Amino acid sequence: MHISEGVLSGPVIATGFALAAIGTVIGLKKLDYERIPRAGVLSASFFIASLIHVPIGPSSVHLILNGIIGLLLGWAAFPAILVALTLQAIFFQFGGITTLGVNTVNMALPAVLCYYMFGRLIIRKGNLIESIAAFACGFISVFMSAIMVGLSLMFTEENFFDVATLVVAAHIPVMIIEGIIAVFCVAFLKKVQPSMLPGYIVPQRVFGIDPEIERR
Amino acid sequence: MMIEESFVNGNSLIHRLNPVLKIGFAIIYSFVVAVSSKFPSLFAALFIALFLVILARLNPRKAAVRLAAVNGIIILFWFFLPFTFQGEALFHIGPFAVTRPGVIFAAGITLKANAILIAFIALVATMRVTTLGHALNSMLIPEKLVQFFLLTYRYLFVIQTEYQKLTRAVKVRGFRPGTNLHTYRTYAYLAGMLFVRASVRGERVYQAMLCRGFKGKFYSLHEYSISKADITCAVFMTAAIVILVVLEWTKII
Repeated sequence: MHISEGVLSGPVIATGFALAAIGTVIGLKKLDYERIPRAGVLSASFFIASLIHVPIGPSSVHLILNGIIGLLLGWAAFPAILVALTLQAIFFQFGGITTLGVNTVNMALPAVLCYYMFGRLIIRKGNLIESIAAFACGFISVFMSAIMVGLSLMFTEENFFDVATLVVAAHIPVMIIEGIIAVFCVAFLKKVQPSMLPGYIVPQRVFGIDPEIERR
Repeated sequence: MMIEESFVNGNSLIHRLNPVLKIGFAIIYSFVVAVSSKFPSLFAALFIALFLVILARLNPRKAAVRLAAVNGIIILFWFFLPFTFQGEALFHIGPFAVTRPGVIFAAGITLKANAILIAFIALVATMRVTTLGHALNSMLIPEKLVQFFLLTYRYLFVIQTEYQKLTRAVKVRGFRPGTNLHTYRTYAYLAGMLFVRASVRGERVYQAMLCRGFKGKFYSLHEYSISKADITCAVFMTAAIVILVVLEWTKII
């Protein structure tokens, strides 16, 4: 869901950079120096996970997972996605310098919004609510990104309406797949490493043994 | 997909230039081209980009593959814009009119995208990511962000190995991807496992860094001095930007 170089107008590019800068500054503020290595390695895993191609009928789509990035990183999703997009530009030349701001905001803002909307619902005990929230997180994050890509195009040039509609429509199957993937992925993380999810309450220590250490 | 820095090996003038100069020019050039709209300046920009890529003596086939991928997306605009723009019709295909403003707009996008990306390949993709990180650090980019960037880059390849291990494991167990829930569950667990391993490894990495006396700063072993070639190139680069600005925003042509 990258917007290519050369498409966007000056004002859209400038707005994108301004918003991306604000988000990145907040994200970095919330990230202490001691949490940077963990966030950095996690960001690398998001980059690799986005290379996974999931089959859909005769074609395939690659995972975006920005909803899960939001759940796991909160505001730090901004620097994480900025870094990932920069590396994509260097390795594959998907996008370049001027679209970095807009593309970061289009991916990271939905991630942060999902963190606030679904972060607390996901850790609940109720299996159904949790699954619905996880599906919504995966679905809505991609939906919002597609809408924002569409809006970036529309603010550039009104005649982009058809292209913008096509972008959103083409991503509907992706949204559904991302929703399904999010349900399974959240359920998996809850079983294996629940402390990674937001709102996780550390269980009481029993006889001085840290349950977290035990589990590892 | 292979993650590799395809263009970093080389000993051309471009490869030897001061990284700060290269990044600085790439940024200014990209933004000037992105907001340009007149054809003389866009062709001049494309010419400058091609000149840089020739100067960098890159593998032409690899560069062409990258550009083909980008133009694959640009073609999408050619399918839409000539038909959706209002204006004077150039010719008709069936019931649809191909309009002049639409074709001009699509051509502008194509030129801009190619110019910016060719320049990016010549200037930014020819330096190592670590070099880029340290250069960004001396260019007012916050230290924390640069550390984040360098750590992500460093562990990209480690995590990729983890990913290959996991895919090999599912393959050995007879996994064949298809459009079904089982496939999606498998991929979701695979991604989840990657995140778990990355998180645990991240904590270990930080502990290891502390053990080695990490005090919140990365040091670069290279010193980037300013050579004579740097100064000459800086003059030419400034001239190139001035030419682009003059062509776009004055009425000489």
